[in-house]
Amino acid sequence: MHCKKETLWGWILVSPLALGLTVWVAFPLGVAISTSLFKWNMISKPIFVGLQNYSFMLFGDHLFWQALKVTLVFTLTSVPLQMLLAFAAALLLNTQVRGMGVFRTIFYLPALIPIMVSTALWMFLYNPQYGLFNLILDNLGLPTLQWLLDSATVIPSLIIMSLWSIGNVVIIFLAGLQGIPKELEEACIIDGGNYWQRMRAVILPQMSPIIFYNLVMGIIGGLQTFTQPYIMTNGGPSNASLTLMLHLYKQAFNFSKMGYANALAVVLLLMTIAVSLLVFRSSRSWVYYEGDRK
Amino acid sequence: MKRTLNRCLVYVALLFGATFCLLPFLWQLRSSIMTMPELFSYPPKLLPADPQWKNYRDVFAVMPFGRYYLNTIILVLWNIAGVLFSNISIAFALTRLRFKGRNLLFALSIGTLMIPTSVTMIPTFIEWSWFGGLNTFLPLIVPSFFGNAFFIFLLVQFFRTIPFDFDEAALIDGASYPRIMVQIILPMAKPIVAVMVIFTFLNTWNDFMGPLLFLNDQKLYTLALGLKSLLSSYNSYWHILMAAATLVVLPLIVVFFLGQKSFIAGLTMGGIKG
Repeated sequence: MHCKKETLWGWILVSPLALGLTVWVAFPLGVAISTSLFKWNMISKPIFVGLQNYSFMLFGDHLFWQALKVTLVFTLTSVPLQMLLAFAAALLLNTQVRGMGVFRTIFYLPALIPIMVSTALWMFLYNPQYGLFNLILDNLGLPTLQWLLDSATVIPSLIIMSLWSIGNVVIIFLAGLQGIPKELEEACIIDGGNYWQRMRAVILPQMSPIIFYNLVMGIIGGLQTFTQPYIMTNGGPSNASLTLMLHLYKQAFNFSKMGYANALAVVLLLMTIAVSLLVFRSSRSWVYYEGDRK
Repeated sequence: MKRTLNRCLVYVALLFGATFCLLPFLWQLRSSIMTMPELFSYPPKLLPADPQWKNYRDVFAVMPFGRYYLNTIILVLWNIAGVLFSNISIAFALTRLRFKGRNLLFALSIGTLMIPTSVTMIPTFIEWSWFGGLNTFLPLIVPSFFGNAFFIFLLVQFFRTIPFDFDEAALIDGASYPRIMVQIILPMAKPIVAVMVIFTFLNTWNDFMGPLLFLNDQKLYTLALGLKSLLSSYNSYWHILMAAATLVVLPLIVVFFLGQKSFIAGLTMGGIKG
């Protein structure tokens, strides 16, 4: 009797999760995969076209290849840079100097800003005529840039902007650094290790699981980049900042090509899985887990 | 000597980083209190001759920003209610009650953290069009009542540290399971509840994609969406835009300073145990 009650309450209390996984995850995944085989504008009846959406993507849609290139270049440049910078910032914020609390808050603040606000703000900063960046370049006697308006500088501009809001990762890295057992570092110092040896033998191995987790999450996020190009450039100039997510959004909501957009979504999902798996694979050789044996 | 040098280098680097982080903000604030000719003058001015605080009033004149505040606050409150209601009971069941399938459910829920939103975005939109939920707040509220993998993870980690003696003692005294949850376990989870409230506030306040997909009617716009429409219709009125941007950020900064501790706890709990 008692056991039965436990099971019953268990199921009652957990039912929102079970229902949620069905309605917000499993069903949408099914819809995405199945409608990717149809031609459908959400109004008329869907027409089954088999793999035609996919073959069009690979062989007929040059914008897909452009978007793929843009997304990969952006993600594979910005995420490693973010990790590097965040790690350096965390090391800095972990030193014992006066006023550290204030610095930690300042380093974090940009990550607090809603993406819509930071996007509007950076559009203004990048403005070629009145923006802050050209003002600085001009004062340094350097040639000014067109930033978001030039297909050569638009992706670097988005990358620089992405480096501004890495506060979340910095805080996570900082907490990780503070969690490294003091004995390990002390042992290294007693053995006469200098800073770089300490970094290689203690800090990096201890931090590697945290770096790994944030790298994977960063890549998953990077592959989904949407808001910044959507607001700032709408993919331009000449599709130089058209990300896969933006391409997908336009196909679905500007051209009502729901089937094709879902085929793009499925490919994006496969890409995300593939890249994550690759990183997982590589992790065996560089991520150190406490209690693991080599 | 070497130590002083190192300390100096650290300060230089810190100041450099702080400048990179703060300068865009300061530029935003400075621009938000300028007149338009000042903004576009050449050579550019660093500070306004006469601070134009009225720009902030003008934001409310050109757009129903008050309405957008209200809409955003409504969404925030509903989401907080949904998040607390669903995740606490789910995590309680997953950790304190034994029943078949609970490990599988937990694993599945964690697995969803890896599924990119891009895949579920269009199908969810289609679903809501079937339910007749387009252009209402429902798609932005209802999902919060069905559990959130990240919060479930945080709560499960925490609930697992609470000894079962509490539950057993209460059961012997004849308490029901919901009572154990609300009166015994929940009060101990206050720090995590604070984390959930703050994160839900931030996520809802900052959400852009959700409102963009589901809301068409200007009257339903959130602050993020309002700012976007301001950006497209007043695209050279940077002083008004920057004032509006500041208005969107201000409540966040207040909440951040009020809940800084819970906030950092939440960030690090999620990120380190990964």
